Amino acid sequence: MSAVVLPGTAPRQRVHWTERLAHAALALVALVLLAFLAAPLLTLLQKAVEDGDARFVGLANFIAYAQTPALLQSVWNSLWVSLLVTAYTVPTAFLFAYALTRSCMRFKGLARGITLVPLLAPSLLAAISLIYWFGNQGVLKSWMLALGVDQIYGAPGIVLAEIFSTFPHALMILVTSLAASDARLYEAADAMGTTAARKFFTITLPGAKYGLISAALVVFTLVITDFGIPKVIGGDFNVLATDVFKLVIGQQDFNKGAVVALLLLAPAVLTFVVDHWVSRKQTAMLTARAVPYRAKRAPLFDGVMSLYCVAVCVLILAMLGMAVFASFATFWPYNLQPSFKHYTMGLVDAEVGDAFVNSLLMAGGTAVFGTLLVFVGAYLLEKTHGAAPVRTAVRLLAMLPMAVPGLVLGLAYIFFFNQPANPLNGLYHTLTLLTLCTIVHFYTTGHLTAVTALKALDPEFEAVSASMKVPFYKTFWRVTLPICTPALVDISRYFFINAMTTISAVVFLYSPETKLAAIAILNLDEAGEIGAAAAMAVLIAAANAVATLLFMALSWWVDRHTQAWKNP
Amino acid sequence: MTSANPYLRLAGIRKDFGSFTALKGVDLDIAQGEFVCFLGPSGCGKTTLLRIIAGLEVQSAGRIELAGRDISTLPPAERDYGIVFQSYALFPNLSVADNVAYGLVNRKVPKAQALARVTELLKLVGLPGSEAKFPAQLSGGQQQRIALARALATSPGLLLLDEPLSALDAIVRVKLRGEIRSLQRQLGVTTIMVTHDQEEAFAVADRIVVMNHGAIEQVGTAMEVYRDPATLFVADFVGRINALPALAQDGGLRVGQQVLRCEHASVHGHASGRELRVYLRPEDVLARPIAPGDDNVFEALIEKIEFMGPYCLVRVAAPSLGTQPLTVYLSLNYLAEAQLHEGSRLPLRLLPERMRVFS
Repeated sequence: MSAVVLPGTAPRQRVHWTERLAHAALALVALVLLAFLAAPLLTLLQKAVEDGDARFVGLANFIAYAQTPALLQSVWNSLWVSLLVTAYTVPTAFLFAYALTRSCMRFKGLARGITLVPLLAPSLLAAISLIYWFGNQGVLKSWMLALGVDQIYGAPGIVLAEIFSTFPHALMILVTSLAASDARLYEAADAMGTTAARKFFTITLPGAKYGLISAALVVFTLVITDFGIPKVIGGDFNVLATDVFKLVIGQQDFNKGAVVALLLLAPAVLTFVVDHWVSRKQTAMLTARAVPYRAKRAPLFDGVMSLYCVAVCVLILAMLGMAVFASFATFWPYNLQPSFKHYTMGLVDAEVGDAFVNSLLMAGGTAVFGTLLVFVGAYLLEKTHGAAPVRTAVRLLAMLPMAVPGLVLGLAYIFFFNQPANPLNGLYHTLTLLTLCTIVHFYTTGHLTAVTALKALDPEFEAVSASMKVPFYKTFWRVTLPICTPALVDISRYFFINAMTTISAVVFLYSPETKLAAIAILNLDEAGEIGAAAAMAVLIAAANAVATLLFMALSWWVDRHTQAWKNP
Repeated sequence: MTSANPYLRLAGIRKDFGSFTALKGVDLDIAQGEFVCFLGPSGCGKTTLLRIIAGLEVQSAGRIELAGRDISTLPPAERDYGIVFQSYALFPNLSVADNVAYGLVNRKVPKAQALARVTELLKLVGLPGSEAKFPAQLSGGQQQRIALARALATSPGLLLLDEPLSALDAIVRVKLRGEIRSLQRQLGVTTIMVTHDQEEAFAVADRIVVMNHGAIEQVGTAMEVYRDPATLFVADFVGRINALPALAQDGGLRVGQQVLRCEHASVHGHASGRELRVYLRPEDVLARPIAPGDDNVFEALIEKIEFMGPYCLVRVAAPSLGTQPLTVYLSLNYLAEAQLHEGSRLPLRLLPERMRVFS
């Protein structure tokens, strides 16, 4: 026993060559995230404190902004509209989620499916539909007037369309939160003879508290950073998101645009921080031994809940149906004969056909390369060791996109990639950059899905492999990847659908050759071709519906071929 | 038991996690073919020590030699061991045969040979013919046997078992530990098992390493650790014990109002009047035989009888030994024969050679 232990001479394990490989791969992921996320955002920050000639001016842009009454009006507009939408959407979605999780109503799957449909279309589809329902030539314009609203353009339209488009997001969070309840709490309450109302306020509501906070923040952020809906139905009603667009694309005032973008970043960052805190609390609440709640039949309650869900589903279908109907109407509102006029007009005359191909290419690229990047990144983070500084950097960068609204990201991309001095300048306006931007934009959700799937694997697989001298990549290929294929399909579907409908980030980055379908809808609407705009929006939704079916078929096939071990 | 050429030698192994020291300089030699158990409460550093031997954690200081080779800084893949975890860590999407052959395939062992080895190993762990099954089709105990077969497939020099039985239910646990022991004897593979279950350690280990707070308290056979605990911690942690306050008195002990004779070596070397503690296991307090004139006999009053099966755990008050009650084992037959029940009085005797004294 002659080990003389000197302080500060901690032995370092020799790094195996396979581990160097893992470190190199991790460094590559870090590099991609630095170049396509961190660097653009830093450029955006820089722009906000510079004047038009790239001189440092401190907070001058912010002060100038604060002294512009018209712009401050937008801040106020954005705030109250977002708050109002949150106040409507969260309770509506909560009740719906409550019906889905706590009642014995029938056709839950169908109800759930209908509520997910809005996610297949660009958010502005709701705005277009509203114009057909309540616009100048709207079917129900008289109803609206009777309610004392003079026109749908402006705040009323924005609020209604945003409620529709944010509803599925809030619902998903609340269903998860309500489903994660412990039946034993209710049994204990029943044993003590607790009334239904008291159970609701002492068990259900506190249990869903974090879900409610999270849903409210997500809805608020989605609304305040959304660009498509206010652009289509906002009329003269200015909000922050449309201001950014006007400042940057209209007035070419990049520095003030950067200031507004930073204002939009604030609520998103706040949401991100609170959500992070909330999700920690939520996981701590539910132990592995919890018994899932099972609803009991209660005819009256189930009936009321069914009626409510039917009403909501009818509204959602009315919104979608109107867009579909109008897209086929030959000449609204005078000639309602169905025809493909708007489709040919959009696809051929306005050359949306090319944009549609671009969209499919971009969505396909995002689905393939995004999934690859996200999964490899998550794998390296979760299952390999060493290179701690790079690891921390990747971990942070992977979570960052959640806190960056698309509009802000798109703006940051212009600032960064549109500099002639940037060696990546050649990417500007290309489909490649649009794809990369979209991957980064939706990175975090994919990353979290991958991390969840990877965390479900036994953490000792890698240790066992190393003891058998099997390099990590063989275990990745033979074990990790096959087990995680269902998650991979989920991630790629998420990427595809969002890439098809996204507007906010890419609206700053396209060229005439790389225009995307969702953006083409905006242009058609601007040109007054609202019929064609509706047709294109429906086409995107249809493409996404087909894609969803294909992904479902794929996941069925994957289940059969890689998951046989689950039920042998 | 330090041999000249230990198979595994740990020297000054220390592990710090930030300001927390998980291991405080552990020295240990393990001979070839030995079965050693690391025993201790959770958080004592036993698993950390095992993971350091495996190279899954890196020690903050110290040296590890395996078969004469310094492996202190080698990555896991360059050490020579097989490992079994509490969670089995079987690859769920691979068949039993693919799991067991996982390490063989990587060594380019010809297919037929690998298959033969798999068959041999499955027979060895008592699951012949289960090649085509998936882990999900097997019970916990069966899965752990497969994990064992997988760990042994490449004939490693060292077998590491990290609480391998903790996830199993009691009956399977007892059965499997016996099988692990006989398998180890048969193969002669040097084995280290981490456990918090002393009974398990007693049943399988050649030597037990009792650990607490990142340090080794005692290394010894089951009998040594049980009969002759080196420290207060070992005495308390291993088995049930009675602890009585005592005073040293002329080479003997005064406990309460009684002077007791003690024949354990630990009684020597204490100045008269020094405060001591006497540790004594319940089975070392006898109800019979007690002959008239025997020493160390005291009058006991039964306070509580807890039925344990063939014997009972009896709590007695011993006024002459102070206020502290004692726990003794009395056989069910004896209790019936002597018609003893709660409230009965009886004479008991402390065995002088078993009274372990701590200062």
